[in-house]
Amino acid sequence: MRREVPLIITAVVGIVFVIQYFIPHYPFNKLNGWFSDWFSIIGACAIWLGALNLLKISADKVYRKRSGWGYSVVIIVSFFVMAVIGWLGGESFRDFGTSFDWMYRFVYTPLSSTMFALLAFFVASASYRAFRARNLEATLLLLAAFFVMIGRVPVGDAIGMKLQLPDAIMPSSIAIWIMNVINAAGQRAILIGIALGIVSTSLRVILGIERAHLGGD
Amino acid sequence: MDAIGLWIGAFLTLGIISFLYKDNPWYKLSEAIFVGVSAGYWFITLFWDSIYSKFYIGITDKGDYYLIVGAILGFLMLLRLVPKIGWISRWPLSFIVGAISGFYLINYFSSNVMRQVANTVMPLFSTEYGQSLFTAPIGTIVANIIVAGGTFTGLVYFFFSKEHKGAFGVTARIGIWVIMITFGATFGYTVMSRMSLLIGRMDFIFGDWLGLIK
Repeated sequence: MRREVPLIITAVVGIVFVIQYFIPHYPFNKLNGWFSDWFSIIGACAIWLGALNLLKISADKVYRKRSGWGYSVVIIVSFFVMAVIGWLGGESFRDFGTSFDWMYRFVYTPLSSTMFALLAFFVASASYRAFRARNLEATLLLLAAFFVMIGRVPVGDAIGMKLQLPDAIMPSSIAIWIMNVINAAGQRAILIGIALGIVSTSLRVILGIERAHLGGD
Repeated sequence: MDAIGLWIGAFLTLGIISFLYKDNPWYKLSEAIFVGVSAGYWFITLFWDSIYSKFYIGITDKGDYYLIVGAILGFLMLLRLVPKIGWISRWPLSFIVGAISGFYLINYFSSNVMRQVANTVMPLFSTEYGQSLFTAPIGTIVANIIVAGGTFTGLVYFFFSKEHKGAFGVTARIGIWVIMITFGATFGYTVMSRMSLLIGRMDFIFGDWLGLIK
């Protein structure tokens, strides 16, 4: 029950998704529709599981008065404030002017964008320490990063104009060329490599060879 | 209300930025609010978008009773929180893993292998597929050849079943140059996107909140 049923579920669902691509007719198209809807509901429950687990861990921390338990209280209160406001808002909870929208604009957005913006400082600090043109490969990386950055700010072309560079070798033109040509080639090689890895792993999962998702026991 | 919102937004923005000085209670408070609000945001968004719109409306308005199976599997997923019967959550988890595997097996191969290969080699000597050969400007032809050659050498670098020696080694070495330039470009692009986010936050602080930028 603990291992066989999950393996059968994985195989059946995986095979149905593969077959419906080649035979998009009854019953596979219907099964595909059903499975997609179930996937959506289970996916929502998986996110709920994460949120409820966060509450459980935070509540446990408060109950046991572990260090920093006050912040766990803040997590629980923030969660319920957002959830209750969204609940009371009904189906149109996201509409402009609702309390949920207010929370989104003045609490969630400032926090999320500042959190990501903070990475700019850490990336700058890390690159200052790590970026050294030790060899050809590191130099290529450094130059590509430099031209892409300088080419995407007005000061790049301003310097180019000061130096009276032709349009073809303006920093913005070099940045666009790197992004559209060499970057495209490298990204494609990486994408194709990843896709082949995903295809082989998916096949192993469907055939029950790869069982890491079932845990240890 | 928007004026109060601006002050709250500024308080939280500065709280996160204060981490640049060091880990402090203001940052920890802002971080805890972020964690709680994010969890609450996704919890309620998925409730209305999936559980209500898909399941509840599907059952009550459309009579799609097959959705009950999805709801049961979803409920079984939540049993992970009960240690004694937590193992049963493997069933819905297996469903998710199987669905993603089946979907990716075909779609990744179709979009990220076949289509990428097709777009790499077609067109090579013209601006669009279907046109006569050598109708594209010389710069475009050179760029197309570099893209095709760069993709090929990059793939050769990732092929570890053969030792990187001789002609194969030279190709792999060109491949690593292409990959390094790609990493550099990706790095630069990411830094600039973070910078634009930072500029947005500074604009909020000095423009919307303090009114110093008109």
